[in-house]
Amino acid sequence: MNRDMGLSALAPGESATVSRLMASGGIRRRLQDLGLIPGARVECVGISPLGDPAAYLIRGTVIALRRADAAGVRVVGCAPEAAPAQSGVPASVRRAAG
Amino acid sequence: METVSLSIRRRSPESRVIALAGNPNVGKSTVFNALTGLHQHTGNWPGKTVTNAQGSCTFHGREYILADLPGCYSLLSHSAEEEAARDFICFGESDGAVIVCDATCLERNLILALQVLEITGKAVLCVNLLDEARRKGIGVDLEELSLLLGIPVTGAAARSGQGLDDLLSAVEQVAVGGVERSADYPPVTYPAPIEAAIAKLLPAATALCGQRLSPRWLAVRMLSGGDDSLQSQVRAYLGVTPGHYPPLKSALKGALEELAAAGYTQSQVQDEVAAAIVQQAERIARATVQAADNGYSPRDRKLDRLFTGRWTGFPILLLMLLGIFWLTIVGANAPSRLLSDGLFWLGGKLKALCAAAGAPQWLTGLLTDGVYKTLAWVVSVMLPPMAIFFPLFTLLEDLGYLPRVAFNLDRCFQKCGACGKQALTTAMGFGCNAVGVTGCAIIDSPRERLIAAVTNSFVPCNGRLPMLISLISMFFVGTAVGFGSSVLSAAALLALILLGIAMTFLTARVLSATLLKGTPSSFALELPPYRRPQIGKVILRSVLDRTLFVLGRAAAVAAPAGLVIWLMANLRVGGATVLAHCCGFLDPFARLFGLDGVILLAFLLGWPANEIVVPIIIMAYTAQGSLVEMTDLNALRTLLTQNGWTWVTALCTMLFSLMHWPCSTTCLTLYKETKSLKWTALGILLPTLCGLALCFLTATAARLLGF
Repeated sequence: MNRDMGLSALAPGESATVSRLMASGGIRRRLQDLGLIPGARVECVGISPLGDPAAYLIRGTVIALRRADAAGVRVVGCAPEAAPAQSGVPASVRRAAG
Repeated sequence: METVSLSIRRRSPESRVIALAGNPNVGKSTVFNALTGLHQHTGNWPGKTVTNAQGSCTFHGREYILADLPGCYSLLSHSAEEEAARDFICFGESDGAVIVCDATCLERNLILALQVLEITGKAVLCVNLLDEARRKGIGVDLEELSLLLGIPVTGAAARSGQGLDDLLSAVEQVAVGGVERSADYPPVTYPAPIEAAIAKLLPAATALCGQRLSPRWLAVRMLSGGDDSLQSQVRAYLGVTPGHYPPLKSALKGALEELAAAGYTQSQVQDEVAAAIVQQAERIARATVQAADNGYSPRDRKLDRLFTGRWTGFPILLLMLLGIFWLTIVGANAPSRLLSDGLFWLGGKLKALCAAAGAPQWLTGLLTDGVYKTLAWVVSVMLPPMAIFFPLFTLLEDLGYLPRVAFNLDRCFQKCGACGKQALTTAMGFGCNAVGVTGCAIIDSPRERLIAAVTNSFVPCNGRLPMLISLISMFFVGTAVGFGSSVLSAAALLALILLGIAMTFLTARVLSATLLKGTPSSFALELPPYRRPQIGKVILRSVLDRTLFVLGRAAAVAAPAGLVIWLMANLRVGGATVLAHCCGFLDPFARLFGLDGVILLAFLLGWPANEIVVPIIIMAYTAQGSLVEMTDLNALRTLLTQNGWTWVTALCTMLFSLMHWPCSTTCLTLYKETKSLKWTALGILLPTLCGLALCFLTATAARLLGF
């Protein structure tokens, strides 16, 4: 669990916690601005039909990152999302949203 | 790329200038439109507003000038938009800032809000999209938020016009009433060693900044490392380069040494600063937001699984395009006929009127056969498809589908050394290539931005689409109205569009291996929540806007074009008309490419607006022969075949329409955006050469095969 891995290794449905950023320069700044700092939770929510990029749920926003960029975000504690989002939403709200 | 700058004109000294800042896609432009009554185009994808817009509104008798800044995630990054937004907030002499936030993802939005507050305390936070948040079961405690941030906070649902008066009252408090965030405690506190360093810099920074700029903000920027653009902006504003200001320079040197002793390199300072802001945003959000889910609704999850699914993503994309083209073709039929009949009737009356008024023959000819006929063509044949296609496209945009297209296609763009966001600018090109070129500002890497800009005209804009549709129905599918033929037309159009997109990829690939060498840069694309499109509003707006725009442009261009053509057809030099000379001169060259002199001339004269290419062709053919009303496709087909058109001519004309020099507006925009004749020339030559090459191949193949 202590060994970190690239964010790009997450499969859809898995989530993890950011341990450190390896990227440098402009993309590092950009990732920080999106809230990807150590300790942030990230969930992989989907992969493009062509296999790259993948979409990640970061602080309530879905952001697509290319594999090469996501590899620079190191994460630990990958696990399937314990509680699917559906269960947290009251039925009434879900109806209204649908 | 052009540096975006705003010059503000106040109507009176009492007027107040307000900067409108916010993350991309939080409804900033919607707030702007609602306040100013303007119609800045909005769309559900980040980066829609790339140029600054300004407008004004009046509240309690005072004029407020609003500057709609480009959306950005941060004021610390270095893209063109982010610098533009930062510069306006720092140095724009505004009297206050409105930070527009999305209630459904407040935490991330607060990052920018805190950065703005570090620069100015004269700000209002507008929590927009409260209606959407409520539907998602998200509640925001506005009072607590106001307490924690130290500025007025108002809620809004700008799409339905709610909360605007509250917002204006708060703006009034700040810009007129002098309400300001207390400077006693900073919006963000940094780790102790950094705070100590800031304290060291503050006296010198205060001496430099005076009341004009936040010294603390400048100190933090200096500590987190070199930013040449900021240095030169501060110099332009204060007259002194902060890095060269002796007291600040020596204080900075000392502070950096102490930080280094405490184990902080400058890049670590930068990280700590970024992290502190994010953590502060997290704390504030935790105290003020009650959320039922994590911001990605189950409905959006399902839609994304469908729209970006491995087996469904591309089929849906193609079906969606096919559907749009089909609706455009089918829907345009009836109004086209109606308009054509009406205009034919009106044309007869106009001629009679001219005759009754005793107008000279040449004037009658000029007005009715030149200007009127062009207008009639544009209105009856071009306008209906445009008026249908554009709103349909806008609906998709409103829904939030376009970023998903970019997500699906990114791999292709990546393979071509381009940016996935180019899918967005390409999509904008369907509306107008000039808009597509301007939109390229959303692409950060200058190399990829150039690729996107010079290849944008490979997708046919709204002004070229109807011409393609009419040629398809005249020569390939038949003008009969029916389900089968309309689907076939749509499929043919789709094939042509896909060819254009394939050419985009091909040329992008070639460019990134030759003139614009480089590897793909990093890329982060937001996939915003789906929103229910505002159908009524979209249709009304785009039909009205498009109708007026197209009519205006057609009228402005048709009149001089009609004049030129009429003169060319009637002035005789050495026994033949000038038109015949020109066409004759171009003809041998044009024939090589499956066109004829008239078609090539029409494309040349149609440079200001592609809408008038077909009317020019008609005028040129009819000026030399019989005069027929040509708003009916069957009659037009007869005219064209009489002048030697075959399906090969039609195909080559379509290919050339898809790929030739961009219209004058697009060329001008290319020059404005690239500031370079070289790249503008590339943007003109690239599609032209591709078009000529494909036309040549087609024509030669047809000749060899004996067609």
